[in-house]
Amino acid sequence: MTAAARLRLENIVKEYPGCRANDGIDLTVAPGEIHALLGENGAGKSTLMKVIYGVIQPDEGTLYWDGEKLTLQGPAHARQLGIGMVFQHFSLFETLTVTENIALGLPASEAKDRKALEKRIREVSTHYGMALDPRRHVHSLSTGERQRVEIVRCLIQHSRLLILDEPTSVLTPQEVADLFRTLRQLASEGCSILFISHKLQEVRDLCHHATVLRNGKVTGECDPTETSTDAIARLMVGDETPLSTDVPPATPGAPLLEVSGLSYASDDPFGTALRNITMELRAGEIVGIAGVAGNGQDELLRALSGEYKAAANQVCFDGQDVGQLGPDARRRAGIAVVPEERLGRGAVPDMSLVDNTLLTASAQGMVSKGWVAYRKAREYATRVRDRFQVKSDGIEAPARSLSGGNLQKFIIGREALQEPRLLVASHPTWGVDVGSAVAIHQVLVELRDRGAAVLLISEDLDELFQLCTRMGAICGGRLSPLVPTESLSIGQLGQWMAGDFADAAGEVNHAVA
Amino acid sequence: MSPDMIVNILAATVVAGTPLLIVALGELICERSGVLNLGQEGMMLIGAVAGFAGVYASGSLLVGVIAGMAAGVGMSLLFGFMAITLAANQYAAGLALTIFGTGLSAFVGTDFVGKTIDGFTKLPIPFLSDIPVLGPVLFNHDLLVYVSLGLFVAVYVFLRHSRGGLLLRAVGESPESANANGLPVLLIRYLAVSFGGAMAGLSGAYLSLAYTPLWTEGMTAGRGWIALALVVFATWRPVRVLLGAYLFGLASILHLVLQGFGWDISPELLAMLPYVVTVVVLVLLSANPTRTRLHTPLSIGQPWRPSR
Repeated sequence: MTAAARLRLENIVKEYPGCRANDGIDLTVAPGEIHALLGENGAGKSTLMKVIYGVIQPDEGTLYWDGEKLTLQGPAHARQLGIGMVFQHFSLFETLTVTENIALGLPASEAKDRKALEKRIREVSTHYGMALDPRRHVHSLSTGERQRVEIVRCLIQHSRLLILDEPTSVLTPQEVADLFRTLRQLASEGCSILFISHKLQEVRDLCHHATVLRNGKVTGECDPTETSTDAIARLMVGDETPLSTDVPPATPGAPLLEVSGLSYASDDPFGTALRNITMELRAGEIVGIAGVAGNGQDELLRALSGEYKAAANQVCFDGQDVGQLGPDARRRAGIAVVPEERLGRGAVPDMSLVDNTLLTASAQGMVSKGWVAYRKAREYATRVRDRFQVKSDGIEAPARSLSGGNLQKFIIGREALQEPRLLVASHPTWGVDVGSAVAIHQVLVELRDRGAAVLLISEDLDELFQLCTRMGAICGGRLSPLVPTESLSIGQLGQWMAGDFADAAGEVNHAVA
Repeated sequence: MSPDMIVNILAATVVAGTPLLIVALGELICERSGVLNLGQEGMMLIGAVAGFAGVYASGSLLVGVIAGMAAGVGMSLLFGFMAITLAANQYAAGLALTIFGTGLSAFVGTDFVGKTIDGFTKLPIPFLSDIPVLGPVLFNHDLLVYVSLGLFVAVYVFLRHSRGGLLLRAVGESPESANANGLPVLLIRYLAVSFGGAMAGLSGAYLSLAYTPLWTEGMTAGRGWIALALVVFATWRPVRVLLGAYLFGLASILHLVLQGFGWDISPELLAMLPYVVTVVVLVLLSANPTRTRLHTPLSIGQPWRPSR
């Protein structure tokens, strides 16, 4: 086994102040093997990857590459050996072309002849079924295409081990299928693949072997094709956490939010314009909007929160035209918003949880005659923390010190306890571990059952199918019809996410009219 | 206005725009690596006094130019140590550098006030300087003007066509990604900052050795600041930096010309003209946001340190 292994890790330890991110990890990847690395957020996956790619040095432990002991000097050294990495947030340069991006990762001698390099990019991308135009600027590429650039870059560098960090989280279902085809072809040609994910179904579809991490330790290894999803999930989360939320059927009431013919040209030159969005949300239902990031989700959220002002009668809430009101006035009308970015928009990173509470919940009796009642703010923050089990170093801890899942629970809790009549939540469980995700789903369902309308914008299709009463997709700033979840197939939704609304022409025309 | 006079004005424009062109090209390279050095004014002043001292002591203009550039590089390394190695706030470090340079140059320069040297003289290029209009405007100047034009071409080609330029742009857009690609981010930033320092020093030396061959305290008169604005409004593109520098040059001699005509306009108002004209024109030029963003070093002003 040892002689045959392409990569072997022995007892890897990496310690950060206050946390042992990797605590004695062993891992073996064989040539041509697709090996899954599974684990919750904070389980130590990213740290381990950085160790393998030479970004950080382990405190203890040894790496073996093709059976030989190895001390990595840095990413350049790793790549030279044939270790390639596709980052979750791509390490591409938007202002450069595809060819220039790939040239940067090559030694100067190989990158010199741009024409030859372009030809090689075309060859490699065609061979693996990944259409790519080498001359385009990266900022004009879709997320799926950017990922292809990263993969082609690794292939041109002759990678023999390809590390993919949650590669499917940004793709449509069709793009995922294409990616898997490419990866299987690569593996059959002898390239090893380390596939990092927390989506169990994908791992079962693709991988030959899986290693599961929890709290920096290996908690199990299995053959994912023969192990049930629940059994793998147990290895990931431990015994205490429930694995999913029970969602009782919804009982929608009267229409609450009516958006009609909303168009908005984004201020950001690389943003997406909203085109003629029409939808209706009723009290007591969760409506989902799927879509690949950057297709107008952010603009829609801003148009609903009041950060963007709409024209007359485009956004009506409870029979009242709120389109021209600012965020504060809309909040007072009962609209709460949970934006995608937790740090910077959902919360101010350097302010304490108490101060962050004041930002959106000050109307809950925390300010009187211009004076802040800190006692009330502290009470409210404590209530949020206790009710939603936010793990933090007290309520005076700065927002940035919380982990993603805990901060998200705090932000959603802060909005939910204000009893909004409409909650707009964007990617509420993105990068959040299973335990926190279940808690967040619970909050949304409880709000729904108390008669609020919930608009859930998400890329996580499992989440949408599980929670939503009705759902659709957004693409290029246009919204598909919103149909009852039980009548929607995943294939249909995938087409909508790719902007193909043709088979729903009747309903789209209706929306335009 | 006679044709001769127009030619004279244009030739004077090139001379007046040259110090600005040199310092702005240096700052352009520096900012393209993602480092904003607000110390231009200080580095120019140090370059000016060092250049003057070099010529005064040795009698050689070459020694003066080298002294000016070396002093600029020294200053920029001081800045680099703070802003790159220690990852200090670039704005604060740059401002400190300007204040330090202004004070130090005045202190060192007290002995040179009122002294004279033999500065650069005109060096017409054979044949080329005989071309009507173009000859006297471009090819009848001192050596450093030609050097500045060569620098412009070099910077333009470097950014657009060389691997070094590609590395520089990549680091300026995203040091994280550059590091993940195995590029030596800190080294590239240091080189860019040093080039900026060398150019600021050269620009200062041009002022004290060619433009007005003498040393006076604060003789850069805010050109370092104008260069900083110029680079931003030129949206980090060399051709626009060239145009902006000459536009500033034209506006700054125009007030002398107008006074020569006996127009009764307040000289203070006219002295303000170059700053206003340059900024207004470049603001109008930088109106296209998409194209601008393609050339903007997105990481500018953000300190970056490798994680360990």
